[in-house]
Amino acid sequence: MSFGTSTDEETETGTGYPLRRVVLYITLVAMGAFYLIPIETGVMTSLTSPGSYTGQFPYLPPLEPLLSGTGEFSLQPWQTAVDLLGQGLVNSVILVVPATILSGLLGSMAAYGLTTVSWRGQIAIYITFVAGIFIPYQAVLVPLTQFWYNVVPLRTAFQPVAYWVPFIQNYHWKLVALIVTHTAYGLPICTLLFRAHYKKLSDEMIEAARLDGASIYRIYRRIILPLSVPMFAVVFIYQFTQIWNDLLFALTIVQFGDASVVTQELVGLGVSQSGTNFPLRMAGALVAALPTLLVYVLFGEKFAKGVAA
Amino acid sequence: MHNPLTILRRRLRGRDARTDGGATEDGESFLSRESVRSAPFWLPPALLIGVFVYGAIGWNVLLSLTDFTGLGTPDYGSLDFENYVVAFQGGTPSWSELTVDPIWNSLQNTVVLVVGFAAVCLVLGLLLAILVDQEIRFENTFRTIYLLPMSLSFVVTAKFWLYMYNPQTGLINIALGAFGFGPVEIVQNPDLKLAAIAFALVWQFSGYAMVVYLAGLRAIPDSHFEAARVDGASTVKMYWRVIIPQLRTATVSALVVLTVFALKAFDFLFSMYGYQPGPSADILATRMVREAYSNGNWAYGSAIAVVLFLMALAIVSPYIYSQYKRGAL
Repeated sequence: MSFGTSTDEETETGTGYPLRRVVLYITLVAMGAFYLIPIETGVMTSLTSPGSYTGQFPYLPPLEPLLSGTGEFSLQPWQTAVDLLGQGLVNSVILVVPATILSGLLGSMAAYGLTTVSWRGQIAIYITFVAGIFIPYQAVLVPLTQFWYNVVPLRTAFQPVAYWVPFIQNYHWKLVALIVTHTAYGLPICTLLFRAHYKKLSDEMIEAARLDGASIYRIYRRIILPLSVPMFAVVFIYQFTQIWNDLLFALTIVQFGDASVVTQELVGLGVSQSGTNFPLRMAGALVAALPTLLVYVLFGEKFAKGVAA
Repeated sequence: MHNPLTILRRRLRGRDARTDGGATEDGESFLSRESVRSAPFWLPPALLIGVFVYGAIGWNVLLSLTDFTGLGTPDYGSLDFENYVVAFQGGTPSWSELTVDPIWNSLQNTVVLVVGFAAVCLVLGLLLAILVDQEIRFENTFRTIYLLPMSLSFVVTAKFWLYMYNPQTGLINIALGAFGFGPVEIVQNPDLKLAAIAFALVWQFSGYAMVVYLAGLRAIPDSHFEAARVDGASTVKMYWRVIIPQLRTATVSALVVLTVFALKAFDFLFSMYGYQPGPSADILATRMVREAYSNGNWAYGSAIAVVLFLMALAIVSPYIYSQYKRGAL
C-alpha cells in the first residue's frame, strides 16, 4: 500500500524527497512530539532543584548557569519521591506480582477448559466471562467493601499469620483482599487472550495425544502450557500494567493507610500548605510510572498485542 | 444399586445404552463427560468470577434498595425504590436530613465526556493509522511513541496534565503567552474542565484507536487500494469511499473499548480533583464514589452504580451479541 512513494511524484521533484513524503514525516514527528512533550516536560522539571525552580521554561533541561531561568540540576526530587513513595512501591509489588501470576494462570486454565476441551454449553459460560471485561467497577464497589470488611473474617484470620511469618505485617491482609479482587477481575481479559490463542492451535496434535491415552491434565501440562509461553508474556505484561496502574480498587478496598499502594500515595504527593512542589510531583509521577514504562519500552510489541485483542 | 444418583445417571444415558444394545461408551456417562472432566480447569475461575463479579453485581442491586448509610450494617428487611426516585427527581430521602441532588447533571457530563472523547479519539486514531500505513520508515518507533501514554496510570496522566494546564508554569499557557494570550485558568474553569479532561484522555488513548485501525487497514487486501487507484480516485476519495467503509468492525470494537475506558475515567478525575470535581465535571463514576465513600450514603451510591452499570450494559451487550453471531467469540 504505497501511495506516497508513487513514482510520478518522485520524478516531479526530481530529488527523491517528494513534497508529500516530507509533509508526511513532519506530521508524524509533530504527532510524536504531542505524545512525548508532557512526559518530556515532566522529566525536565523532575530534575530541577525545587529551590531554583522558576517554572518559566518547564520543558528545557535545568542548566541554570548556562541557561538562565531554567533552574539548577538536582536529583533531590527523585530521592525525595522514592523516600515518600517507598512504602507504596513495596505494597504495589506485593500486590502486583501474585495478582498477575494468579490471573494469568487461572485465565489459561479457564481458556483451556472452555476451548481445547470442547463440550456443549461452554460458550454460555465463556460469554459470562467476556462480559466481565466491560463491567464498570463502580457497580461492585460497595459489595466488595462490605465483603472484605464485614463478611470475610480475613483480618482476624490473618493475625496469626502475621505473628508467625517474618516480614508479614497485620495490614497485609488488605493486600491479600486486593490480590484476590484483582485476580477475579483480571480473569475475563486473560481468558479472552488465551482463548484466542488456543483456538489457533492444531486440533490434530491434541487429538493424537488423546488417542495415545493422554489425560486432560497431561495434555494441558505437556502440550498446551509449553505452547502458551508467548501468550503468557502478553498476558503478564498486560495484567502487570493494569494492576500497577489501578487506583479505584485500592482506594475502596485498601483505603488510605499502611497498605496504600503507589497510585494512592501519588495522588497527594507534592502538595502542601506552601503550594505545589512541581519538581517533586513530577519526580513522583515518573517513579510511579517507571515500572510500566520500562515494561512497555522493553516489550512494546507484546503490549500492543495485548491491547489490540 | 438403588442409589438415586445411579438411577438418574442411567436415565440420562438410557436411550443410547438401549439402542446400542451393548456396553455404553464411557464418554456418555456423567463423570466422564468433557464438561465435567475439564471442570478442574474452568470451574475455579468461573466460581471466582461468579462470586466476585456477578454475585457482587446482584448484591449491589439489593443494596441499592436498602437505606444503608454510615457505619451500620445494611437492613435488608425493608426494600424499596426510593433511591432511584431520589436519583432521578431529587428531594429529601428518608435516610437523610439533607436534600439530595438528582443525577441528571452527572449523567449529562458522563454522556458528553464519553461521546466527545470517543469521537475525537476515533478520528485522530484513524488519521494516525492512515499516516503510519504509508510504508514509512521507523514505523515501529512511531507506533511505540503514539501508544506510549497508554502504558501510564490515570493517576500519572492526571499529574502530567495538571502541570501542563497550570496557569503560571504550564506549557499550554506558556505557549498561549507566546502568542500574546493571557494566562487562562483551565483545570478549575467550569467552562473548560470537561474539555480539558477529554483532551488529556485523548492524549492517553488515541494511540489505542490507531493500533486497532492499523490492524483493520492491514486486513484490507491490497487489490482494493489498487482498484481505486486504477479508477483514478484521489487519495482522499479512495479512503472516504473505499477504505473507511471497510473499517466498520474496527470502529465498533475501538468504540466499545474506548467507551469503557471513559466510563473508568474515575481514577483520572479523582487524581485531579479528589472527591469534588465540581458540578461541571462531575460524572456518574465520581458521583457514585463520593456518595458512598465520602458521604457514607452507601445505598444511594449503589443505586447510581446500577444506573452506570445499565448504561455500560446497553452499549456492550449488542456488541457481545453481534460478536457471538459472527462466531468471533
